[in-house]
Amino acid sequence: MSLSTANLTRFAPLLGFAAIAAGLGFALTNDPRKMPSMLIDRPAPKFALPPLDAGSSGLASEDLNGKVALLNVFASWCGGCRVEHPTLVQIAKDGAVPLYGINWKDKPGDGLKWLRAHANPYLKVGDDPSGRLGIDMGVTGVPETFVIDRTGRIRYRHAGPITPDVWQETFEPLLASLRSER
Amino acid sequence: MIRAILSFAGLALLMLGASVPAAAVTPDEMLKDPALEARARDVSRLLRCVVCQNQSIDDSNAPLAQDLRILVRERLTAGDTNDQTINFIVARYGNFVLLKPPMQLNTVLLWFGPALLFALASFGLHRTLKAQAQPTDKVAAAPLSADEEKRLAKLLGDAPVKN
Repeated sequence: MSLSTANLTRFAPLLGFAAIAAGLGFALTNDPRKMPSMLIDRPAPKFALPPLDAGSSGLASEDLNGKVALLNVFASWCGGCRVEHPTLVQIAKDGAVPLYGINWKDKPGDGLKWLRAHANPYLKVGDDPSGRLGIDMGVTGVPETFVIDRTGRIRYRHAGPITPDVWQETFEPLLASLRSER
Repeated sequence: MIRAILSFAGLALLMLGASVPAAAVTPDEMLKDPALEARARDVSRLLRCVVCQNQSIDDSNAPLAQDLRILVRERLTAGDTNDQTINFIVARYGNFVLLKPPMQLNTVLLWFGPALLFALASFGLHRTLKAQAQPTDKVAAAPLSADEEKRLAKLLGDAPVKN
C-alpha cells in the first residue's frame, strides 16, 4: 500500500504535466476566430437593401424565399473576397446554387466598381453601407457566407474565403442534403 | 532610502496611470445626455470587440466596434435598459461578446478552475511538507543503540581525543 502511494507521489508531477500539456494542446486546436453563429437554424433577419446601381432592384429577404441559396457578404476592400471570387464566379457559371451578395461597409460606388472590374457572380446584390444587416446576422468580418434553406432559415455560416476545397468538402454535401429536405 | 521608495512609488503610479487604456469613442459618437453617455460607456466596456477579440468595443478602433458603439447608443436612446442593450448584441454574436462570461454549466470550470487549482496545489504542498517532516521526527524519536552511545561518548570527549 505504501509502495503504491510512493509511486503515485513520484509520478504526480509527470501526471500534472501531462494533464496541463493535454489541456493546452487541446486549446491550440481551438481557433478563437471561429466563433459559433447565433443564427444557425434560426430564420434569417428580414431585410430590404438598396441596390448598388440605380438601375437594378437591390436585395430583399423575400428574394431568397423557397430556395436553398447562398448569401455572401463581401466588400471591395477585403482581401479574402478576392481570394474566393474566382470560386464564386465558377459557382455562378455552373449554376450550382442561387448566389446573392451583400456589399458590406463599402464606400459609395466602390462595391459597384469592384464588381465591374472583376465579374459579378451574384443574382442580386444589396448595399449595406452602415453594416447594420451584417450586425443583425452576426457578421464579424468579410468574406462570410450563409447557407439559407427553403424555409428561410440560416443553416450554416462560413467565415473566410470559399476555396475550391471548402466548396467541395463542406458546401456541396450540405447543399445536397438541404435540397433533399422537404 | 525614503527618497528612493518615494520615487519608486511615484514611478509605479505614473505607469499605472499610463496603462489605463484610452477610449476609442470619438466626439461625434457621444450622446448629448451625459447620463445616457455614461451608461453607453458602461455597456461598451462589457462588450468584446469581435474583430480584435481582447479589447472591449469601448477601447477598440476597429470599424465594427465603432458600429457596435453607435448601435449601443441607439438602443439606449430608444429606451432600452443596459441589460436589454447587452442582450440585443448577445442575440447576434453570442455569449462570446461578453467580456465577463455568464455563470453556466459550461463555464463552471472557467469560474472555479483557479480556486480548484489553488486547493489542489495547497493540498499537494501540505502533503509534501508533511512527508518531509516525518522522517526527521522518527530519527529523533528512536533511542540510540549501544554503538551509537559509545560513539557519542567518544565525540563528547569522554574518550581520548585523536587529532
